[in-house]
Amino acid sequence: MPNRVDRASFAGEETMPDSGGLSIEVDGLRLRYGTTEVLHGVSFQVRRGEVLALLGPNGAGKTSTIEILEGFRMRSAGRVDVLGVDPALGTEHWRARMGIVLQSWRDHPKWRVRELLAFQGSLYAPYSTPVIRRPWDVDDLLAAVGLAEQADRPIKVLSGGQRRRLDVAIGLVGRPELVFLDEPTTGLDPKARRDFHALVRRIRDEFEATVLITTHDLDEAEKLADRIIILAEGGIVADGTPSQLTRQIAGHDEVSWVHGGARQVRHVADSTAFARGLFARDGNSIRELEIRRATLEDAYLALVRNAEQAAAHPAEVAPEPDGASR
Amino acid sequence: MTAVAPALRAGVGRGLIELRQAFTGMELVNQLLWPVATLAAVFFLRDIAIGSTGYRLGTIILPGALGMFVALGALLVVQQLAADREDGTLLRAKASPNGIRAYLVGKLVQISATILAYLAIILIPGVFLVSGLEIADPTSWITFAWVLLLGLVATQTIGAMLGSVVATPRGAGYLSLPVLGLIAISGIFAPITGLPDWLQWIAQVFPVYWLGLGMRAAFLPDEAAIVEIGESWRHLETAAVLGAWAVVGLVLAPVVLRRMARRESGSSVARRRERAMQRVG
Repeated sequence: MPNRVDRASFAGEETMPDSGGLSIEVDGLRLRYGTTEVLHGVSFQVRRGEVLALLGPNGAGKTSTIEILEGFRMRSAGRVDVLGVDPALGTEHWRARMGIVLQSWRDHPKWRVRELLAFQGSLYAPYSTPVIRRPWDVDDLLAAVGLAEQADRPIKVLSGGQRRRLDVAIGLVGRPELVFLDEPTTGLDPKARRDFHALVRRIRDEFEATVLITTHDLDEAEKLADRIIILAEGGIVADGTPSQLTRQIAGHDEVSWVHGGARQVRHVADSTAFARGLFARDGNSIRELEIRRATLEDAYLALVRNAEQAAAHPAEVAPEPDGASR
Repeated sequence: MTAVAPALRAGVGRGLIELRQAFTGMELVNQLLWPVATLAAVFFLRDIAIGSTGYRLGTIILPGALGMFVALGALLVVQQLAADREDGTLLRAKASPNGIRAYLVGKLVQISATILAYLAIILIPGVFLVSGLEIADPTSWITFAWVLLLGLVATQTIGAMLGSVVATPRGAGYLSLPVLGLIAISGIFAPITGLPDWLQWIAQVFPVYWLGLGMRAAFLPDEAAIVEIGESWRHLETAAVLGAWAVVGLVLAPVVLRRMARRESGSSVARRRERAMQRVG
């Protein structure tokens, strides 16, 4: 691997302002199409070197959010700051500091793997500095993503997993300070997925970039992210580390048992005390008692369900203020 | 820090890579098809006399066809732009620093070189097929050079604008119909003076006619102008019309392209892909 970069040492060298160790700052972000509000008041921050997962069901506003951050889409209101710059005013120099990996690229099918990576790299060469030497060496990078053997193949013959690893290599070739990964494992088989997850961990550990990843897969977010933001119906419903989220929102256990021939299910905070009370009351007629610790998945599904119900019946459910979970 | 020169260099490199792809394997067959078909037409028409002018149809068609292939550069730009938008190549360019600039330079290099190859495929054997071309005269090549240059700029910038408006490869396909119609009335395959006046006027608005006229002016003897409008090669008018299109293209194409590129995003590419899948499925 090429030599590592000390983030702190080049922070002062960039010409653009960086706001106190934050790669991304979003405050009151809104996006409207006509009368439809896609995002209503989204606020969050991503620290330098952090891996943040933006998690939510399809249609929650993940892709809209990431496209605004990438400078590909205009916002309706709110303040957005990416690497110290408003994406709506981003220059080519700003663009050279980030890498973008979209849901599924099919571009440049006739190009050879090495050709495209070298061409993309050449675009970053003017933005090389003594501290961040751009671009990465093509062969080093191909080896890092496990495509050394495919270097001279046309891109159209790559498998799905290989193609995705090439997309990541192209996202990294300019030695970005910030990498966007938008639903990167959609359509990958389990093995390609696992390989891809290992690659994302290396982006943080070896390439030391800030990573923003969107996914609708909780398992993926839990595996990869330092912090998870759950987005539902255009707003943030939870924000925290995977263990925080489990503790805070998934603190209830599921207790189920059979009594009088019918299965009962309760979600309770203290399952031990609940079970004691249950036996004291109904004693011998309790059958098939099961206590299951609520998982992050249960919490996630409950949060998303609540947000969807609130959106469908705004009058019946108390409106949740922005960032209600914090 | 200026990154214009490196972006231009990257663009030229890009154009050469795409050029190699355009002329290898099965692509080569596609590339040769139309120039060779044109040569065949010239071959079969080489002895047909044009009225009592003493000129042969093949001799007139060959330089006109050179002009036509320059004009077809516009269609190449439209087709490639549509394909590159659909598969995300353009979005990739947008996601990279100076990527759009390098992409466009690459496209112009590749398509201009492709057209030069077409012209060589037609002109080199053509010289032996038909008689009466003035290829030894240096002024022929001077005229050829400026007509070619203005023509490449005018037609490819028009193509870039049309390609920005036409969103899909299918739309690009429809666009080739009016272009073929325009070629039919532009005096490439038969003298334009045989057409009704109003068709002549329409033809004279567009570059195809002037490219054909300019190329005939370059390679035919002066007396052959007898079959042209006003019995003249009209150099001044040729330069004015082609020049005007080139200027309009150079001014407007970047504006239109920037507008189009601004709308490109991951979701717009995904939407187009879904539509394309529906068409196939």
